[in-house]
Amino acid sequence: MDINDLRSIFTVLAFVAFVGIVWWAYSDRRKRTYDEAAMLPLDDDSQFVPSAPQVTENQERKSS
Amino acid sequence: MQSQATYNYKVVRQFAVMTVIWGIVGMLVGVIIAAQLIWPELNVVEWLSYGRLRPLHTNAVIFAFGGCALFATSYYAVQRTSHAVLFAPALAAFTFWGWQLIIVLAALSLPLGFTSGKEYAELEWPIDILITLVWVSYAVVFFGTIIKRKVSHIYVANWFFGGFILTVAVLHLVNSAAIPVLAAGFLTPKSYSAYAGVQDAMIQWWYGHNAVGFFLTAGFLGMMYYFVPKQAGRPIYSYRLSVVHFWALIFTYMWAGPHHLHYTALPDWTQSVGMIFSLILLAPSWGGMINGIMTLSGAWHKLRDDPILKFMITSLSFYGMSTFEGPMMSIKTVNALSHYTDWTVGHVHSGALGWVAMISIGCIYYLLPRLFGKPEMHSKKLIEAHFWIATIGIVLYIASMWIAGVMQGLMWRATNVDGTLTYSFVESVKATYPFWTIRLLGGLLFLSGMLIMAYNMFLTIAGGKAVNDAPVLAPAAAH
Repeated sequence: MDINDLRSIFTVLAFVAFVGIVWWAYSDRRKRTYDEAAMLPLDDDSQFVPSAPQVTENQERKSS
Repeated sequence: MQSQATYNYKVVRQFAVMTVIWGIVGMLVGVIIAAQLIWPELNVVEWLSYGRLRPLHTNAVIFAFGGCALFATSYYAVQRTSHAVLFAPALAAFTFWGWQLIIVLAALSLPLGFTSGKEYAELEWPIDILITLVWVSYAVVFFGTIIKRKVSHIYVANWFFGGFILTVAVLHLVNSAAIPVLAAGFLTPKSYSAYAGVQDAMIQWWYGHNAVGFFLTAGFLGMMYYFVPKQAGRPIYSYRLSVVHFWALIFTYMWAGPHHLHYTALPDWTQSVGMIFSLILLAPSWGGMINGIMTLSGAWHKLRDDPILKFMITSLSFYGMSTFEGPMMSIKTVNALSHYTDWTVGHVHSGALGWVAMISIGCIYYLLPRLFGKPEMHSKKLIEAHFWIATIGIVLYIASMWIAGVMQGLMWRATNVDGTLTYSFVESVKATYPFWTIRLLGGLLFLSGMLIMAYNMFLTIAGGKAVNDAPVLAPAAAH
């Protein structure tokens, strides 16, 4: 086995890892976590800027 | 309780204001060197000659303007999405003053002729050591804040900011390895690279392209993932896509560097690897762009009367355009035409002005009123004016450079029937003058936009007061 076999194996492993990440990210189990995570920037608005949009998860659900 | 704690806005404010100031300085130097190409008489003294000002321009816009924007936005976003005050505030203050000192040292040493000759890494070793100290402090502050977070999930913007901080540290350390020159028993500021020959070239462009991929892309994607949802008032289009986007982008970018060395002494297979990974890069780049733009899906009307959103969404359009152009230019046969021509310069600026500068400008407009206790910027009309002047400036810049670049490439490769070259080099220079003039006009417009922004910023600051009591809110789940 020379170094080129190792290189090929690494390429295949990297591709398998990528497919794994896609499968993991799109699995139903992650949906709730990601829906909550997506709201992280919006659930936190400063009262120092009265005109800034005050969007919470509930408001967002009502409007969509 | 934690609600008594207040976010550290001071360091964010300092970096945000300096973003605008250094933006003007860096772009002014750009305008000067663009004029020097048209009127060589403008090279008055050696310290202000094209060869010395050009690295000053690139360092100022990338590291001073872009760097300050990245510090400001990452410090703001990491605090607010972690519901935690910045870790080690003294160290955060050190990153501000240290970074400003580095910029001043660059502005002095480059015109004086001190350079290591590595593109985007020209600064000599004493400044490189200072950069390392500031960067390690940045990492400690940023990751320390993430460790302190009150929510379990690390928001995707912080993954991009974190990836950018970590990778830039590695890139800087490896590429800046150099041996200082010893003269009469004393260390001099002059140094030579620790690497030689084609290895040195490959390490330089592994650094150079990842400076684009991580400093100028991943960090600014972090901005996109926080500030586009904020300004649009909607969550990111697909959080799942953002996770795949992150891993695909950071894995692929690492390998794209060799496309800067097509048809050189670099082994052919390495060039092909670089070309193939550059082509693959189209997928994560466009995935990210679509994710950002589609955040407005169902709320496109907001674009009509929100100039800040216009900046952000237009920046994503330019990002999509330049990340399509980049992979195309990395194809060897296309590169045979485009390399060493002004097409490359146009490509860089469609990314740098269109994507990096426009997303930064949008984010800074978002931040300034919040940092100075105002409901909005002093004048919305001036933001609108800035947007249109900047956009027209970019279009003039990149369109003229496309035409100039393709023309130069065709002239350089043209041969007569007997095999001799049809044109001498200077004939291609002469033919480029009109396009350099249009490019100068585009640059002048973009600089004018920044001056309008500075005026708007100072009036916003004058009418407001520094906010130092923004309370750290409890995470939504704890309500």
